[in-house]
Amino acid sequence: MLKREVVLETRNLSMHFGGVRAVDNVDFQLRENELRCLIGPNGAGKSTFFKCLTGQLVPTSGDVIIRDITMTGREPHDVAGLGVGIKTQVPNLFDGLSTQENLWLSASRWHADKRASVLVKETIERLELGDIRLSVVGSLAHGQRQRVELGMVVAAEPWLVLLDEPAAGMTEEETYKTAELIKDINQTSALIVVEHDMNFIRAISNIVTLFHQGAIFMEDTMDVISADPRAREIYLGHKT
Amino acid sequence: MRLYGTFNGTLVTAGLAIIFTLLAPSIFQFFTIITLTQVIGLSILTLSLALVWGFGGVLCFGQSAFFGIGAYAYSVAAVNFGGSTGAIFVAIFVAAAFAIILGYFVFFGRVSDVYLAVITLTVSLILYSLMRRTSGPEYKIGSALLGGFNGTGSPPLNMPGNASAMLFPMQTFYVSMAFLIVAYVFSGWLITTKFGRVCISIRENEVRTSLLGYDTRLYKIGIFGISAGIAGLGGVLFCVGVTRVTPDVFSLGQSALAIIWVIVGGRATLIGPVLATFVLYFLTASLGSQQLLNANLVLGSILVVFVLLVPNGVVPTFSKLFEKRRAKRYSRLKEHRIKMRKHRSA
Repeated sequence: MLKREVVLETRNLSMHFGGVRAVDNVDFQLRENELRCLIGPNGAGKSTFFKCLTGQLVPTSGDVIIRDITMTGREPHDVAGLGVGIKTQVPNLFDGLSTQENLWLSASRWHADKRASVLVKETIERLELGDIRLSVVGSLAHGQRQRVELGMVVAAEPWLVLLDEPAAGMTEEETYKTAELIKDINQTSALIVVEHDMNFIRAISNIVTLFHQGAIFMEDTMDVISADPRAREIYLGHKT
Repeated sequence: MRLYGTFNGTLVTAGLAIIFTLLAPSIFQFFTIITLTQVIGLSILTLSLALVWGFGGVLCFGQSAFFGIGAYAYSVAAVNFGGSTGAIFVAIFVAAAFAIILGYFVFFGRVSDVYLAVITLTVSLILYSLMRRTSGPEYKIGSALLGGFNGTGSPPLNMPGNASAMLFPMQTFYVSMAFLIVAYVFSGWLITTKFGRVCISIRENEVRTSLLGYDTRLYKIGIFGISAGIAGLGGVLFCVGVTRVTPDVFSLGQSALAIIWVIVGGRATLIGPVLATFVLYFLTASLGSQQLLNANLVLGSILVVFVLLVPNGVVPTFSKLFEKRRAKRYSRLKEHRIKMRKHRSA
């Protein structure tokens, strides 16, 4: 198989907070249409790494390169401006506005009025948001809010999607639907998903990157990682 | 979904304002009409603060800085031009330009909300001290003396392009109301445009807006500049109404009043703050004519009561009540229909 083009890369990426090396010399590559999960115990540096990718944090050293453009230290809107869809760990929504308006704001960043309205409609159908279309998102349940936020990512038709814990706090059924949706998004975009839920990762991912103490510990399929005794000790060991 | 009102609602309100304008001369005494012109100027200041704070999420504590700049720019320009037509536009432009330059440093410098309030207030107070020190013949711009503590005279409005045809107080009132209505409809329209909707989203969650790919700093500078321009227009009408502009337009009291009016009227609406300006202005004025209660004490109590009991302001609270009642009625109607359908099928 021909190697696909690298769309996102970090070179020697480090992020230090005082003496703490949250991210330590990470070289990471994501190829076109790839779906990659980042896992690791709490404090492994996944979320810090994620924030360096989205421009929310400026790395101490090293570079973030998206489609051959060095994005290190650029603003989040510059990263999003390349056509990257982002969902942060903490639900980040426009609480005082309706579901529809939330989606519209996302879609209309990239599309003219008509196309944006069509996209909003499609997204509402795709994520089954019809019932809460006119509800103020601040009044919705946690799982619904997560879905609205995924909808905002989808509505912009991004070619690269970065999701930080998309299934957190969802019911089993919602988690299942989210996994299906992520596979669906993967038809047209590359994805990086930070997650804790092992079953969820098993359901969606091919290659998984395991973070440990700010560095990449190993990169392989979930089956290999769960079979590896050292990896089990780092991460899966906590479960049993 | 827009929580309160739509653009159609704005137009209806504007229609009511036009009716009020036409009826005013037969309701009010001549002296009240003259006072009204000043209040219209103040209400445009409140409107501009409602726009930038209520919809842009930028708490500008020194909105009166732009109001005062507008008043001074108009007075100076009108004296130099020998007419008011161009001077009005100069005033709006100078106020907006000043805000855009200030906004550039504040928003690109990532100054947080609280400091923004402090900085804008400080700017207003700096202008206050500065203008107080401009007495003497050496402080003049063109042929207009700045006049220091006593301020400078503001020429009356004249017919567009005809400086010798000055407007009578009644005509000035009509023109002022027209400006208020235009500013109100413009603001109401602005928040329905894409620009306005993005500004509202920044108010809701700035991080999210930037993660969607919008450069929030540019939008904030935009709404800041536009609202400053509107405040500048308010300053023009105010100084025309008073016939003079003094450094007091920059004072702490002036800035605080605008904020009180917005809080009482409700910052999620545009009409609320405008109405609150009129009501509270005349309330304060009538309190000033008696000795029993101190006007400031009453005004302060009103503010405290509102912050504690009606934090959303009058208009949003009422429209929520109204919506709830409507929703109740609607659901009752729906129940009734379902019952009827069951009845029929049975």
